[in-house]
Amino acid sequence: MAMLEFDNVEVFYGKVQALRGISLRVDEGEIVALLGNNGAGKTTTLSTASALVKAHSGKIAFNGADISKAQPWNVVGAGLIHVPEGRRIFSTLTVLENLQLGGYLVKDRSVVAKRIEHVYELLPLLAERRAQQGGTLSGGEQQMLAIGRGLIAGPKMLMLDEPSMGLAPLIVAQVMQVISEIRDQGTTVLLVEQNARAALKVTDRAYVIEDGVTTMEGKADDLLADPRIIDAYLGA
Amino acid sequence: MPRRTSPKRPTASVTATVCFADPKRILMVQVIWDGLFVGSFYALIALGYSMVYGIIKLLNFAHGDIYMLGAFIGFAALTSLGGIPATLSIGALLVVMLLSMVLTGGAGVLIERFAYRPLRGAPRLAVLITAVGVSFSLEYGIAAIAGPNPRAFPIRLEGNVFNIIGARISLPQIILILIAGVLMILLNFYVQKTSTGRAMRSISLDRNASLLMGINVNQVISRTFFIGSALAGAAGVMAGAYYGKIDFLMGFIIGLKAFTAAVIGGIGNIKGAMLGGLVLGFVEAFGSEWFGGQWRDVFAFAVLILFLTLRPTGILGERVTERV
Ligand SMILES: Nc1ncnc2c1ncn2[C@@H]1O[C@H](COP(=O)(O)OP(=O)(O)OP(=O)(O)O)[C@@H](O)[C@H]1O
Ligand SMILES: [Mg+2]
Repeated sequence: MAMLEFDNVEVFYGKVQALRGISLRVDEGEIVALLGNNGAGKTTTLSTASALVKAHSGKIAFNGADISKAQPWNVVGAGLIHVPEGRRIFSTLTVLENLQLGGYLVKDRSVVAKRIEHVYELLPLLAERRAQQGGTLSGGEQQMLAIGRGLIAGPKMLMLDEPSMGLAPLIVAQVMQVISEIRDQGTTVLLVEQNARAALKVTDRAYVIEDGVTTMEGKADDLLADPRIIDAYLGA
Repeated sequence: MPRRTSPKRPTASVTATVCFADPKRILMVQVIWDGLFVGSFYALIALGYSMVYGIIKLLNFAHGDIYMLGAFIGFAALTSLGGIPATLSIGALLVVMLLSMVLTGGAGVLIERFAYRPLRGAPRLAVLITAVGVSFSLEYGIAAIAGPNPRAFPIRLEGNVFNIIGARISLPQIILILIAGVLMILLNFYVQKTSTGRAMRSISLDRNASLLMGINVNQVISRTFFIGSALAGAAGVMAGAYYGKIDFLMGFIIGLKAFTAAVIGGIGNIKGAMLGGLVLGFVEAFGSEWFGGQWRDVFAFAVLILFLTLRPTGILGERVTERV
Protein backbone atom coordinates (compact mmCIF):
# COMPACT_ATOMS: atom_id res chain seq x y z
CA MET A 1 0.00 0.00 0.00
CA ALA A 2 1.23 3.46 -0.78
CA MET A 3 2.15 5.34 2.35
CA LEU A 4 3.17 8.60 0.73
CA GLU A 5 2.10 9.57 -2.74
CA PHE A 6 2.84 12.69 -4.81
CA ASP A 7 0.83 13.22 -7.95
CA ASN A 8 2.20 15.88 -10.29
CA VAL A 9 2.92 18.40 -7.53
CA GLU A 10 3.93 21.94 -8.43
CA VAL A 11 5.31 24.53 -6.04
CA PHE A 12 6.17 28.20 -6.44
CA TYR A 13 8.27 30.48 -4.26
CA GLY A 14 6.77 33.80 -5.25
CA LYS A 15 7.16 33.82 -9.01
CA VAL A 16 9.90 31.21 -9.06
CA GLN A 17 8.71 27.71 -9.80
CA ALA A 18 10.66 25.18 -7.74
CA LEU A 19 8.65 22.02 -8.45
CA ARG A 20 7.30 21.47 -11.95
CA GLY A 21 5.76 18.06 -11.57
CA ILE A 22 6.82 15.70 -8.83
CA SER A 23 5.20 12.28 -8.85
CA LEU A 24 6.38 9.54 -6.56
CA ARG A 25 5.19 6.87 -4.19
CA VAL A 26 6.70 5.25 -1.14
CA ASP A 27 5.17 2.01 0.06
CA GLU A 28 4.86 0.90 3.64
CA GLY A 29 8.09 -0.62 4.96
CA GLU A 30 10.19 0.65 2.07
CA ILE A 31 13.27 2.81 2.19
CA VAL A 32 13.39 5.07 -0.84
CA ALA A 33 16.03 7.59 -1.88
CA LEU A 34 15.48 10.93 -3.57
CA LEU A 35 18.50 11.94 -5.63
CA GLY A 36 19.26 15.15 -7.47
CA ASN A 37 21.71 17.99 -7.87
CA ASN A 38 21.77 21.20 -5.88
CA GLY A 39 18.62 23.18 -6.44
CA ALA A 40 16.77 20.28 -8.08
CA GLY A 41 13.91 20.55 -5.58
CA LYS A 42 14.56 17.74 -3.10
CA THR A 43 14.17 19.85 0.03
CA THR A 44 11.13 21.58 -1.43
CA THR A 45 9.56 18.18 -2.03
CA LEU A 46 9.96 17.19 1.62
CA SER A 47 8.83 20.62 2.85
CA THR A 48 5.71 20.35 0.76
CA ALA A 49 4.92 16.97 2.26
CA SER A 50 5.35 18.38 5.77
CA ALA A 51 3.22 21.41 4.84
CA LEU A 52 5.91 24.00 5.50
CA VAL A 53 5.38 24.95 1.88
CA LYS A 54 2.01 24.87 0.15
CA ALA A 55 1.51 23.02 -3.10
CA HIS A 56 0.27 25.16 -5.98
CA SER A 57 -1.29 22.18 -7.74
CA GLY A 58 -1.21 18.41 -7.65
CA LYS A 59 -2.06 15.99 -4.88
CA ILE A 60 -0.20 14.68 -1.86
CA ALA A 61 -1.64 11.76 0.05
CA PHE A 62 -0.39 10.17 3.24
CA ASN A 63 -1.93 6.81 4.11
CA GLY A 64 -4.69 7.62 1.66
CA ALA A 65 -5.59 10.99 3.19
CA ASP A 66 -5.06 14.20 1.24
CA ILE A 67 -2.51 16.32 3.12
CA SER A 68 -1.90 19.01 0.53
CA LYS A 69 -4.04 21.50 2.47
CA ALA A 70 -3.04 20.33 5.95
CA GLN A 71 -1.19 22.28 8.63
CA PRO A 72 2.31 21.12 9.63
CA TRP A 73 1.11 19.93 13.05
CA ASN A 74 -1.59 17.81 11.42
CA VAL A 75 1.01 16.15 9.23
CA VAL A 76 3.17 15.39 12.26
CA GLY A 77 0.08 14.15 14.08
CA ALA A 78 -0.62 11.77 11.20
CA GLY A 79 2.84 10.24 11.68
CA LEU A 80 4.84 11.77 8.83
CA ILE A 81 8.01 13.23 10.32
CA HIS A 82 10.49 15.45 8.50
CA VAL A 83 14.08 15.63 9.75
CA PRO A 84 15.22 18.83 8.06
CA GLU A 85 18.32 19.69 6.11
CA GLY A 86 21.02 21.17 8.32
CA ARG A 87 19.70 19.35 11.42
CA ARG A 88 18.04 22.40 12.92
CA ILE A 89 18.80 21.44 16.50
CA PHE A 90 17.46 23.89 19.11
CA SER A 91 20.90 25.08 20.05
CA THR A 92 20.33 26.47 23.54
CA LEU A 93 18.05 23.65 24.61
CA THR A 94 19.52 20.50 26.08
CA VAL A 95 19.72 17.21 24.23
CA LEU A 96 16.92 15.91 26.43
CA GLU A 97 14.72 18.95 25.75
CA ASN A 98 15.30 18.56 22.03
CA LEU A 99 14.15 14.96 22.27
CA GLN A 100 11.14 15.91 24.39
CA LEU A 101 10.09 18.43 21.77
CA GLY A 102 10.09 15.64 19.23
CA GLY A 103 7.26 14.15 21.31
CA TYR A 104 5.31 17.40 21.54
CA LEU A 105 2.09 15.88 20.20
CA VAL A 106 2.33 12.66 22.19
CA LYS A 107 -0.16 13.03 25.02
CA ASP A 108 1.16 10.24 27.23
CA ARG A 109 4.37 11.34 28.91
CA SER A 110 5.40 7.84 29.83
CA VAL A 111 5.33 6.92 26.14
CA VAL A 112 7.69 9.83 25.43
CA ALA A 113 9.99 8.72 28.25
CA LYS A 114 10.04 5.17 26.90
CA ARG A 115 10.84 6.34 23.39
CA ILE A 116 13.62 8.57 24.67
CA GLU A 117 15.13 5.54 26.42
CA HIS A 118 14.84 3.62 23.18
CA VAL A 119 16.63 6.39 21.28
CA TYR A 120 19.37 6.39 23.92
CA GLU A 121 19.82 2.66 23.25
CA LEU A 122 19.96 3.18 19.51
CA LEU A 123 22.25 6.22 19.83
CA PRO A 124 24.22 5.79 23.06
CA LEU A 125 26.28 8.92 22.53
CA LEU A 126 23.12 11.00 23.08
CA ALA A 127 22.55 9.38 26.46
CA GLU A 128 25.91 10.61 27.72
CA ARG A 129 25.16 14.11 26.54
CA ARG A 130 21.55 14.43 27.60
CA ALA A 131 22.14 17.49 29.80
CA GLN A 132 24.37 19.27 27.29
CA GLN A 133 23.11 22.10 25.08
CA GLY A 134 22.28 20.84 21.60
CA GLY A 135 24.39 23.53 19.95
CA THR A 136 27.54 22.22 21.60
CA LEU A 137 27.35 18.79 19.94
CA SER A 138 29.55 17.92 16.97
CA GLY A 139 28.02 17.82 13.50
CA GLY A 140 27.65 14.04 13.54
CA GLU A 141 26.16 14.09 17.04
CA GLN A 142 23.71 16.78 16.01
CA GLN A 143 22.61 14.66 13.07
CA MET A 144 22.02 11.72 15.40
CA LEU A 145 20.06 14.01 17.69
CA ALA A 146 17.96 15.29 14.78
CA ILE A 147 17.14 11.71 13.78
CA GLY A 148 16.50 10.68 17.37
CA ARG A 149 14.21 13.67 17.86
CA GLY A 150 12.25 12.60 14.80
CA LEU A 151 11.79 9.14 16.27
CA ILE A 152 10.20 10.36 19.52
CA ALA A 153 7.03 11.27 17.67
CA GLY A 154 6.61 7.60 16.85
CA PRO A 155 6.70 8.13 13.09
CA LYS A 156 5.00 5.87 10.60
CA MET A 157 7.29 7.42 8.05
CA LEU A 158 10.51 9.41 8.40
CA MET A 159 11.76 11.86 5.75
CA LEU A 160 15.45 12.59 6.14
CA ASP A 161 17.02 15.51 4.26
CA GLU A 162 20.73 15.01 3.56
CA PRO A 163 21.68 13.40 6.86
CA SER A 164 25.23 12.83 5.61
CA MET A 165 25.90 16.45 4.74
CA GLY A 166 29.24 17.66 6.06
CA LEU A 167 30.08 14.42 7.82
CA ALA A 168 33.27 12.36 7.56
CA PRO A 169 32.93 9.08 5.60
CA LEU A 170 33.10 6.96 8.75
CA ILE A 171 30.25 8.95 10.33
CA VAL A 172 28.24 8.77 7.11
CA ALA A 173 28.46 5.00 7.31
CA GLN A 174 27.22 5.12 10.92
CA VAL A 175 24.30 7.36 9.98
CA MET A 176 23.33 5.03 7.13
CA GLN A 177 23.56 2.10 9.54
CA VAL A 178 21.18 3.84 11.93
CA ILE A 179 18.77 4.58 9.10
CA SER A 180 18.60 0.96 8.02
CA GLU A 181 18.03 -0.08 11.64
CA ILE A 182 15.13 2.34 11.83
CA ARG A 183 13.60 0.76 8.75
CA ASP A 184 14.19 -2.70 10.14
CA GLN A 185 12.21 -1.68 13.19
CA GLY A 186 9.25 -0.93 10.94
CA THR A 187 9.45 2.74 9.98
CA THR A 188 9.14 3.68 6.32
CA VAL A 189 11.93 6.01 5.18
CA LEU A 190 12.31 8.60 2.44
CA LEU A 191 15.94 9.62 2.21
CA VAL A 192 17.20 12.70 0.37
CA GLU A 193 20.87 12.46 -0.50
CA GLN A 194 23.55 14.08 -2.60
CA ASN A 195 25.78 11.21 -1.60
CA ALA A 196 24.09 8.81 -4.01
CA ARG A 197 26.51 5.98 -3.48
CA ALA A 198 25.96 5.89 0.27
CA ALA A 199 22.21 6.26 -0.19
CA LEU A 200 21.79 3.55 -2.80
CA LYS A 201 23.59 1.07 -0.56
CA VAL A 202 20.81 1.17 2.04
CA THR A 203 17.75 1.88 -0.07
CA ASP A 204 15.34 -0.36 -1.97
CA ARG A 205 14.40 2.12 -4.67
CA ALA A 206 15.22 5.66 -5.72
CA TYR A 207 13.80 8.60 -7.64
CA VAL A 208 15.85 11.18 -9.45
CA ILE A 209 14.70 14.80 -9.48
CA GLU A 210 15.96 17.18 -12.13
CA ASP A 211 14.92 20.82 -12.19
CA GLY A 212 11.74 20.18 -10.21
CA VAL A 213 10.61 17.09 -12.12
CA THR A 214 10.92 13.42 -11.19
CA THR A 215 12.72 11.99 -14.21
CA MET A 216 13.83 8.50 -13.22
CA GLU A 217 12.78 5.75 -10.89
CA GLY A 218 14.24 2.34 -10.27
CA LYS A 219 15.53 -0.32 -7.93
CA ALA A 220 18.70 0.72 -6.12
CA ASP A 221 20.76 -2.06 -7.70
CA ASP A 222 19.61 -1.17 -11.21
CA LEU A 223 20.36 2.50 -10.68
CA LEU A 224 23.83 1.73 -9.34
CA ALA A 225 24.51 0.06 -12.68
CA ASP A 226 22.76 2.65 -14.86
CA PRO A 227 25.30 4.64 -16.92
CA ARG A 228 23.26 7.86 -16.69
CA ILE A 229 23.26 7.64 -12.90
CA ILE A 230 26.93 6.75 -12.80
CA ASP A 231 27.78 9.76 -14.93
CA ALA A 232 25.58 12.25 -13.16
CA TYR A 233 25.59 11.20 -9.53
CA LEU A 234 28.21 8.58 -8.78
CA GLY A 235 31.25 10.18 -10.37
CA ALA A 236 33.24 8.32 -13.00
CA MET B 1 30.65 54.92 38.94
CA PRO B 2 29.49 58.28 40.26
CA ARG B 3 31.10 59.62 43.39
CA ARG B 4 29.06 59.33 46.54
CA THR B 5 29.77 62.92 47.53
CA SER B 6 28.02 64.48 44.58
CA PRO B 7 27.01 68.05 45.40
CA LYS B 8 23.54 67.47 43.95
CA ARG B 9 22.67 64.83 46.48
CA PRO B 10 19.60 65.92 48.42
CA THR B 11 20.12 65.86 52.15
CA ALA B 12 16.48 65.66 53.16
CA SER B 13 16.07 61.94 52.68
CA VAL B 14 19.20 61.26 54.68
CA THR B 15 18.13 63.18 57.72
CA ALA B 16 14.73 61.53 57.67
CA THR B 17 16.20 58.15 58.45
CA VAL B 18 18.43 59.22 61.29
CA CYS B 19 18.86 56.36 63.62
CA PHE B 20 21.48 54.86 65.83
CA ALA B 21 23.46 52.88 63.24
CA ASP B 22 25.90 54.05 60.66
CA PRO B 23 23.96 56.53 58.48
CA LYS B 24 25.69 55.46 55.28
CA ARG B 25 24.61 51.88 55.78
CA ILE B 26 21.04 52.94 56.54
CA LEU B 27 21.00 54.85 53.34
CA MET B 28 22.27 51.92 51.32
CA VAL B 29 19.66 49.54 52.69
CA GLN B 30 16.90 52.01 51.96
CA VAL B 31 18.07 52.61 48.42
CA ILE B 32 18.47 48.91 47.74
CA TRP B 33 14.98 48.26 49.04
CA ASP B 34 13.49 51.04 46.92
CA GLY B 35 15.31 49.68 43.88
CA LEU B 36 14.07 46.17 44.55
CA PHE B 37 10.50 47.39 44.92
CA VAL B 38 10.34 49.44 41.75
CA GLY B 39 12.48 46.89 39.94
CA SER B 40 10.04 44.06 40.58
CA PHE B 41 7.30 46.11 38.88
CA TYR B 42 9.55 46.72 35.92
CA ALA B 43 10.43 43.03 35.82
CA LEU B 44 6.78 41.95 35.70
CA ILE B 45 6.11 44.18 32.74
CA ALA B 46 9.44 43.54 31.03
CA LEU B 47 8.62 39.84 30.97
CA GLY B 48 5.74 40.31 28.57
CA TYR B 49 7.84 42.54 26.37
CA SER B 50 10.63 40.04 26.26
CA MET B 51 8.51 36.93 25.80
CA VAL B 52 6.66 38.46 22.87
CA TYR B 53 9.86 39.72 21.31
CA GLY B 54 11.44 36.32 21.78
CA ILE B 55 8.68 34.44 20.05
CA ILE B 56 7.67 36.74 17.18
CA LYS B 57 10.44 39.36 17.18
CA LEU B 58 7.88 42.12 17.70
CA LEU B 59 8.46 45.14 19.91
CA ASN B 60 4.96 45.31 21.29
CA PHE B 61 4.73 48.98 22.09
CA ALA B 62 1.16 48.48 23.27
CA HIS B 63 2.41 46.40 26.18
CA GLY B 64 2.62 49.30 28.64
CA ASP B 65 -1.00 50.10 27.87
CA ILE B 66 -2.01 46.59 28.86
CA TYR B 67 -0.65 47.49 32.29
CA MET B 68 -2.86 50.59 32.23
CA LEU B 69 -5.81 48.47 31.08
CA GLY B 70 -5.18 46.12 34.00
CA ALA B 71 -5.32 49.02 36.43
CA PHE B 72 -8.63 50.24 34.96
CA ILE B 73 -10.16 46.77 35.00
CA GLY B 74 -9.17 46.58 38.67
CA PHE B 75 -10.70 50.00 39.21
CA ALA B 76 -13.97 48.99 37.53
CA ALA B 77 -14.20 45.72 39.43
CA LEU B 78 -13.52 47.30 42.81
CA THR B 79 -15.91 50.16 42.13
CA SER B 80 -18.71 47.74 41.28
CA LEU B 81 -18.00 45.78 44.46
CA GLY B 82 -18.68 48.90 46.49
CA GLY B 83 -17.00 49.80 49.77
CA ILE B 84 -14.43 47.31 50.97
CA PRO B 85 -13.40 47.29 54.60
CA ALA B 86 -9.71 47.95 55.06
CA THR B 87 -9.19 44.55 56.67
CA LEU B 88 -10.33 42.81 53.51
CA SER B 89 -8.38 44.92 51.11
CA ILE B 90 -5.61 42.37 50.55
CA GLY B 91 -8.09 39.63 49.73
CA ALA B 92 -10.08 41.93 47.48
CA LEU B 93 -6.88 42.97 45.79
CA LEU B 94 -5.91 39.38 45.04
CA VAL B 95 -9.33 38.48 43.65
CA VAL B 96 -9.50 41.59 41.51
CA MET B 97 -5.95 41.04 40.39
CA LEU B 98 -6.80 37.55 39.15
CA LEU B 99 -9.84 38.85 37.32
CA SER B 100 -7.78 41.59 35.76
CA MET B 101 -5.10 39.11 34.72
CA VAL B 102 -7.64 36.94 32.92
CA LEU B 103 -9.14 39.94 31.12
CA THR B 104 -5.87 41.60 30.16
CA GLY B 105 -4.57 38.20 29.08
CA GLY B 106 -7.62 37.85 26.86
CA ALA B 107 -7.08 41.35 25.52
CA GLY B 108 -3.50 40.43 24.64
CA VAL B 109 -4.70 37.35 22.78
CA LEU B 110 -7.24 39.38 20.81
CA ILE B 111 -4.70 42.06 19.96
CA GLU B 112 -2.31 39.45 18.64
CA ARG B 113 -5.04 37.64 16.74
CA PHE B 114 -6.51 40.66 15.00
CA ALA B 115 -3.74 43.26 14.86
CA TYR B 116 -0.47 41.34 14.61
CA ARG B 117 -1.20 37.92 13.15
CA PRO B 118 -2.53 39.24 9.83
CA LEU B 119 0.79 41.07 9.47
CA ARG B 120 3.02 38.07 9.99
CA GLY B 121 5.62 38.14 7.28
CA ALA B 122 4.99 41.83 6.64
CA PRO B 123 7.93 44.25 6.97
CA ARG B 124 8.96 44.95 10.55
CA LEU B 125 8.11 48.62 10.26
CA ALA B 126 4.48 47.88 9.35
CA VAL B 127 4.07 45.76 12.45
CA LEU B 128 5.80 48.33 14.63
CA ILE B 129 3.48 51.06 13.40
CA THR B 130 0.54 48.80 14.07
CA ALA B 131 1.77 48.31 17.64
CA VAL B 132 1.90 52.06 18.12
CA GLY B 133 -1.62 52.24 16.69
CA VAL B 134 -2.83 49.61 19.13
CA SER B 135 -1.19 51.59 21.92
CA PHE B 136 -3.07 54.75 20.98
CA SER B 137 -6.33 52.83 20.61
CA LEU B 138 -6.01 51.44 24.11
CA GLU B 139 -5.06 54.79 25.62
CA TYR B 140 -7.76 56.85 24.00
CA GLY B 141 -10.29 54.05 24.17
CA ILE B 142 -9.92 54.05 27.94
CA ALA B 143 -9.88 57.85 28.02
CA ALA B 144 -13.18 57.82 26.14
CA ILE B 145 -14.76 55.30 28.52
CA ALA B 146 -13.31 56.37 31.87
CA GLY B 147 -12.62 60.01 31.16
CA PRO B 148 -9.30 61.76 30.72
CA ASN B 149 -8.79 62.75 34.34
CA PRO B 150 -6.88 60.66 36.89
CA ARG B 151 -9.09 58.41 39.00
CA ALA B 152 -8.57 57.51 42.62
CA PHE B 153 -8.15 53.77 43.06
CA PRO B 154 -10.92 52.39 45.31
CA ILE B 155 -8.58 50.60 47.68
CA ARG B 156 -5.35 51.83 49.01
CA LEU B 157 -2.98 49.35 50.57
CA GLU B 158 -2.01 50.56 53.96
CA GLY B 159 -0.03 48.92 56.66
CA ASN B 160 2.68 49.17 59.21
CA VAL B 161 5.99 50.60 58.35
CA PHE B 162 8.84 48.57 59.70
CA ASN B 163 12.25 49.82 60.44
CA ILE B 164 14.57 47.09 59.24
CA ILE B 165 18.26 47.82 59.71
CA GLY B 166 17.33 51.43 59.37
CA ALA B 167 15.32 51.25 56.17
CA ARG B 168 11.65 52.13 56.09
CA ILE B 169 9.86 49.14 54.67
CA SER B 170 6.09 49.09 54.52
CA LEU B 171 3.84 46.09 54.68
CA PRO B 172 2.21 46.83 51.30
CA GLN B 173 5.63 46.92 49.71
CA ILE B 174 6.46 43.53 51.17
CA ILE B 175 3.16 42.10 49.98
CA LEU B 176 3.56 43.44 46.48
CA ILE B 177 7.12 42.18 46.15
CA LEU B 178 5.96 38.78 47.34
CA ILE B 179 3.16 38.68 44.77
CA ALA B 180 5.56 39.71 42.03
CA GLY B 181 8.07 37.10 43.17
CA VAL B 182 5.47 34.32 43.22
CA LEU B 183 4.26 35.25 39.73
CA MET B 184 7.80 35.18 38.40
CA ILE B 185 8.58 31.84 40.02
CA LEU B 186 5.41 30.36 38.50
CA LEU B 187 6.29 31.77 35.11
CA ASN B 188 9.79 30.42 35.30
CA PHE B 189 8.47 26.99 36.15
CA TYR B 190 6.02 27.16 33.27
CA VAL B 191 8.65 28.16 30.75
CA GLN B 192 11.34 25.76 31.93
CA LYS B 193 9.36 22.67 32.79
CA THR B 194 6.19 22.42 30.77
CA SER B 195 5.77 21.33 27.22
CA THR B 196 4.25 24.66 26.17
CA GLY B 197 7.16 26.46 27.81
CA ARG B 198 9.62 24.36 25.88
CA ALA B 199 7.69 25.13 22.70
CA MET B 200 7.92 28.87 23.46
CA ARG B 201 11.67 28.56 23.70
CA SER B 202 11.98 26.43 20.60
CA ILE B 203 9.85 28.83 18.52
CA SER B 204 12.12 31.70 19.61
CA LEU B 205 15.08 29.74 18.30
CA ASP B 206 13.68 28.25 15.09
CA ARG B 207 10.09 28.61 14.05
CA ASN B 208 10.12 26.19 11.11
CA ALA B 209 11.92 23.48 13.02
CA SER B 210 9.27 23.92 15.73
CA LEU B 211 6.56 23.35 13.15
CA LEU B 212 8.26 20.10 12.25
CA MET B 213 7.93 19.03 15.89
CA GLY B 214 4.17 19.30 15.48
CA ILE B 215 3.91 22.49 17.50
CA ASN B 216 0.85 24.55 16.69
CA VAL B 217 2.77 27.79 16.57
CA ASN B 218 -0.33 30.02 16.56
CA GLN B 219 -1.60 28.45 19.74
CA VAL B 220 1.73 28.87 21.52
CA ILE B 221 1.99 32.50 20.39
CA SER B 222 -1.51 33.12 21.77
CA ARG B 223 -0.51 31.63 25.11
CA THR B 224 2.58 33.80 25.18
CA PHE B 225 0.50 36.92 24.67
CA PHE B 226 -1.94 35.76 27.32
CA ILE B 227 0.74 35.23 29.94
CA GLY B 228 2.72 38.37 29.14
CA SER B 229 -0.41 40.53 29.17
CA ALA B 230 -1.71 38.92 32.36
CA LEU B 231 1.53 39.76 34.16
CA ALA B 232 1.29 43.37 33.01
CA GLY B 233 -2.36 43.46 34.13
CA ALA B 234 -1.36 42.19 37.56
CA ALA B 235 1.28 44.91 37.80
CA GLY B 236 -1.33 47.51 36.83
CA VAL B 237 -3.67 46.52 39.66
CA MET B 238 -0.79 46.43 42.10
CA ALA B 239 0.36 49.88 41.03
CA GLY B 240 -3.18 51.25 41.38
CA ALA B 241 -3.49 49.88 44.90
CA TYR B 242 -0.06 51.12 45.89
CA TYR B 243 -0.01 54.60 44.38
CA GLY B 244 -3.76 55.16 44.70
CA LYS B 245 -4.15 56.96 41.41
CA ILE B 246 -4.52 55.79 37.83
CA ASP B 247 -4.82 57.52 34.48
CA PHE B 248 -5.00 56.51 30.86
CA LEU B 249 -1.41 57.46 30.09
CA MET B 250 0.12 55.66 33.04
CA GLY B 251 1.39 52.88 30.80
CA PHE B 252 3.48 55.06 28.57
CA ILE B 253 6.56 55.73 30.66
CA ILE B 254 6.45 52.38 32.36
CA GLY B 255 6.23 50.71 28.96
CA LEU B 256 9.44 52.44 27.96
CA LYS B 257 11.01 51.48 31.26
CA ALA B 258 10.00 47.86 30.80
CA PHE B 259 11.44 47.94 27.31
CA THR B 260 14.65 49.31 28.83
CA ALA B 261 14.65 46.55 31.42
CA ALA B 262 14.14 43.93 28.72
CA VAL B 263 17.05 45.34 26.72
CA ILE B 264 19.30 45.46 29.78
CA GLY B 265 18.65 41.81 30.51
CA GLY B 266 18.82 40.71 26.90
CA ILE B 267 15.58 41.02 24.99
CA GLY B 268 13.87 37.72 24.36
CA ASN B 269 15.44 36.23 27.45
CA ILE B 270 13.06 35.59 30.34
CA LYS B 271 15.58 35.46 33.15
CA GLY B 272 17.12 38.52 31.52
CA ALA B 273 13.84 40.43 31.79
CA MET B 274 13.64 39.73 35.51
CA LEU B 275 17.27 40.66 36.03
CA GLY B 276 16.94 43.74 33.80
CA GLY B 277 13.93 44.94 35.80
CA LEU B 278 15.85 44.72 39.03
CA VAL B 279 18.98 46.28 37.58
CA LEU B 280 16.93 49.18 36.24
CA GLY B 281 15.22 49.57 39.61
CA PHE B 282 18.61 49.78 41.32
CA VAL B 283 20.05 52.14 38.70
CA GLU B 284 17.12 54.48 39.24
CA ALA B 285 17.18 54.23 43.01
CA PHE B 286 20.90 54.90 43.25
CA GLY B 287 20.77 57.54 40.53
CA SER B 288 18.05 59.50 42.29
CA GLU B 289 19.76 59.07 45.62
CA TRP B 290 23.05 60.42 44.35
CA PHE B 291 21.87 63.04 41.89
CA GLY B 292 18.30 63.80 42.86
CA GLY B 293 14.93 62.33 41.93
CA GLN B 294 14.53 64.61 38.91
CA TRP B 295 17.31 62.59 37.20
CA ARG B 296 15.55 59.25 37.60
CA ASP B 297 14.25 58.91 34.04
CA VAL B 298 17.39 60.39 32.57
CA PHE B 299 19.30 57.60 34.24
CA ALA B 300 16.96 54.92 32.99
CA PHE B 301 17.11 56.04 29.39
CA ALA B 302 20.84 56.74 29.47
CA VAL B 303 21.28 53.11 30.48
CA LEU B 304 19.01 52.09 27.60
CA ILE B 305 21.12 54.01 25.11
CA LEU B 306 24.34 52.67 26.63
CA PHE B 307 23.15 49.12 26.26
CA LEU B 308 21.77 49.60 22.77
CA THR B 309 25.10 50.97 21.57
CA LEU B 310 27.58 48.97 23.63
CA ARG B 311 25.86 45.69 24.32
CA PRO B 312 22.60 45.31 22.40
CA THR B 313 22.35 41.67 23.43
CA GLY B 314 22.00 42.72 27.07
CA ILE B 315 23.51 41.12 30.14
CA LEU B 316 22.28 37.61 29.47
CA GLY B 317 22.17 37.70 25.69
CA GLU B 318 24.30 35.36 23.60
CA ARG B 319 25.84 33.42 26.39
CA VAL B 320 25.72 30.23 24.47
CA THR B 321 28.56 28.54 22.76
CA GLU B 322 27.22 27.69 19.37
CA ARG B 323 28.66 25.73 16.53
CA VAL B 324 27.77 26.62 13.01
N1 LIG C 1 12.56 29.86 0.43
C1 LIG C 1 12.81 29.92 -0.89
N2 LIG C 1 12.53 31.04 -1.57
C2 LIG C 1 12.78 31.13 -2.89
N3 LIG C 1 13.30 30.14 -3.62
C3 LIG C 1 13.60 28.99 -2.99
C4 LIG C 1 13.38 28.83 -1.60
N4 LIG C 1 13.78 27.59 -1.25
C5 LIG C 1 14.22 27.03 -2.38
N5 LIG C 1 14.12 27.85 -3.43
C6 LIG C 1 14.48 27.54 -4.81
O1 LIG C 1 13.81 26.37 -5.19
C7 LIG C 1 14.66 25.52 -5.92
C8 LIG C 1 14.74 24.15 -5.27
O2 LIG C 1 15.39 24.31 -4.01
P1 LIG C 1 15.57 23.10 -3.01
O3 LIG C 1 16.09 23.65 -1.75
O4 LIG C 1 14.32 22.32 -2.94
O5 LIG C 1 16.69 22.24 -3.74
P2 LIG C 1 17.49 20.97 -3.22
O6 LIG C 1 17.31 19.93 -4.24
O7 LIG C 1 17.11 20.63 -1.85
O8 LIG C 1 18.98 21.50 -3.27
P3 LIG C 1 20.21 21.16 -2.29
O9 LIG C 1 20.74 19.86 -2.74
O10 LIG C 1 21.19 22.26 -2.57
O11 LIG C 1 19.72 21.16 -0.91
C9 LIG C 1 16.01 26.23 -6.01
O12 LIG C 1 16.08 26.86 -7.26
C10 LIG C 1 15.97 27.25 -4.92
O13 LIG C 1 16.68 28.40 -5.27
MG1 LIG D 1 18.09 20.62 -0.06
